[in-house]
Amino acid sequence: MLNVGTGNKAVALAARDARPGVVAAYPITPQTEIVEEIANQVGAGNLDARYIPVESEHSAMAACIGVAATGTRTFTATSSHGLVYMCEMLHWAAGARLPIVMANANRALGPGWNIGSEHSDSLSMRDSGWLQVYASTVQEAYDATIIAFRIAENENVLLPVMINLDGFLLTHITQAFESVDPSGYLPDINTPHAIDINNPGGYGTLTANTEHFKFRHDIMKGMKNSVPIIERAEEEFAKQFGRKYGMTEDYMAEDAEVIIIAMGTLGKEMEVAVDKLREEGIKAGSVRVRWFRPFPDLKEKFEGKDLIVIDRDYSFGFGGILANELRAKTCCDPYSVIAGLGGQDVTYDDIAVFVRDRKPGEEFWFGVSE
Amino acid sequence: MAEIPDDEYILKTTSACAGCSIPLCLRYITKAAGPDTVLVIPACCTSVIQGLYPNTAVNIPIYNVAFASAAAVASGMSEAFRAAGKKTNVICFGGDGGTVDIGIQALSGALERGTDFLYICYDNEAYSNTGMQRSGATPLGAATTTTPTGKKEFKKDLDAIVNAHNPVYMATACSAYPVDLYNKVEKALSIPGPKFMHILAPCPPGWRYPSDKTVALGKLAVQSGMWVLYERENGKMSLTGASKAAAKKRIPVEDYLKAQGRFKTATKENVAELQQMVENNFKRIEKEVEGIC
Ligand SMILES: Cc1ncc(C[n+]2csc(CCOP(=O)(O)OP(=O)(O)O)c2C)c(N)n1
Ligand code: SF4
Ligand SMILES: [Mg+2]
Repeated sequence: MLNVGTGNKAVALAARDARPGVVAAYPITPQTEIVEEIANQVGAGNLDARYIPVESEHSAMAACIGVAATGTRTFTATSSHGLVYMCEMLHWAAGARLPIVMANANRALGPGWNIGSEHSDSLSMRDSGWLQVYASTVQEAYDATIIAFRIAENENVLLPVMINLDGFLLTHITQAFESVDPSGYLPDINTPHAIDINNPGGYGTLTANTEHFKFRHDIMKGMKNSVPIIERAEEEFAKQFGRKYGMTEDYMAEDAEVIIIAMGTLGKEMEVAVDKLREEGIKAGSVRVRWFRPFPDLKEKFEGKDLIVIDRDYSFGFGGILANELRAKTCCDPYSVIAGLGGQDVTYDDIAVFVRDRKPGEEFWFGVSE
Repeated sequence: MAEIPDDEYILKTTSACAGCSIPLCLRYITKAAGPDTVLVIPACCTSVIQGLYPNTAVNIPIYNVAFASAAAVASGMSEAFRAAGKKTNVICFGGDGGTVDIGIQALSGALERGTDFLYICYDNEAYSNTGMQRSGATPLGAATTTTPTGKKEFKKDLDAIVNAHNPVYMATACSAYPVDLYNKVEKALSIPGPKFMHILAPCPPGWRYPSDKTVALGKLAVQSGMWVLYERENGKMSLTGASKAAAKKRIPVEDYLKAQGRFKTATKENVAELQQMVENNFKRIEKEVEGIC
């Protein structure tokens, strides 16, 4: 069915179409429309789910953990301060191997209060065991939410998935998008370790140093397993609904001499920059990293190319987070641009300038560096 | 008197300290609740006394969760069970720290939302798991590892806070009176909606008394009026068990304090203030029981 709506609306309708049994909800700008729209869908009888209006994000994730522990499908959404407030429970959800799906509207962290887009919130949860995908269009936000349930609930993954969408730049822009009936795509949830009254056990029991690392190792395996399962889930989605996604979205990257890399909406902006640069005779291309965890294998793709990484985030004392992930994973030393923090405007013309003025190995703060 | 089932859900292999009142509480709680029950446990001594993975001393599902999160996890669990048409009891069993301090927000939210669950706070009046630090529930005058010269503040009135949420049922209990405890859990679980119980749970190393005196200590607490057994159903309060007698005639608070090393640092003024607190408390309770306030 064709709809017109915001990124938030698309995520809410995807959550509706995935038919969770219980949703936990707490408002925060710029995500609030998601939990409001789900409340509307429940109120209108379009979604037969229980809606828990929790009193905080810590409790939102805790409630999702309680729901998922019983083997019931669940969903929540948050942003920024809400995400870091639930930090403890994010680790718990992954450690308990619960297939919770959550949308995060990427937003800066205070102080000062800033509701603009930034990836520092989700990237600070990088090592929690959650899978992370970053959307760039309203349609992609819808599709990624549906696909997320299939990946999270796969018995060889059983890890939570976070769908990230840039605050305002995607949560609040309106585009046409198609919603689908995913009943043939999403099998009924089957959680092998769901609480079973007839087979009582201890969950999260005190675990000694002779055992703990085995559970961590299992999470590592689940994350590793997720790579082919993501690929299959996306292929199957393309087969059933006609839209194809991958670990990255590449634009004229194959023959490019210089590649721009970013996540989220900047990843679309840079495609326009590529067109402009090509007109000037610069052989540019772009690679939008969609899945940040698990991180894609980009070594071959980037071999021998000039790289420009735009980070809408920063790891103080180390550098741009995406740039550093690439340094670690590919041995390239990119030109690291820090741009778009707190919703700072970054246009395709700005991106074209980054490419023209690139200094491999250096770091450039847009709007600050000379 | 209720017929207490022979079924045991707490095996005799917990790793609790000798004389700990927690296994005693859990034994009667689970007997009353039966096997169609999930226990939700925040960080506390109970996280430890279940035993070490892969073993468990609890023969019903027991779900361990983060310190502040028990009531919220229970919210999700209860909604999911009810959505699936299951009647499974969801019981939080958390310490005083996990209830009156770090977990109070989640508890307040779950009560306010009308969650169908039973929250039980077992109150050993300190953070015992981490080595007897003060909590909001530590009484005036008690020495803990963070109040080495005795706590300067009164115990937080958790029950008044919970009562302000109008739960369908709330009650106190004490491990020294297991039948009273059993009856209250049974009654609580027969009513849909948010229920709350607050159990005084003496802790030999924390309170510094010999480990064979746990039942005696609980009785002294009730007989002196430092702990009151009551229940409140739909807002109506009634005293139960030994507190009916204590309402009329009590032993001095000092007899209870003397039996514990943690009150060695309590001043004469502390003792007098605690005695006065008990007197005031009973005056208030009398009025409420008579329906005057
Ligand atoms: C967020 C967080 N902070 C601190 C701790 C450490 N901690 C574990 S149990 C505990 C005290 C528990 O006290 P209480 O709730 O009274 O239970 P008890 O140990 O007395 O049974 C503390 C401080 C923790 N697990 N999580
Ligand atoms: S420290 Fe106290 S409450 Fe904890 S197990 Fe020992 S006796 Fe029980
Ligand atoms: Mg305690």
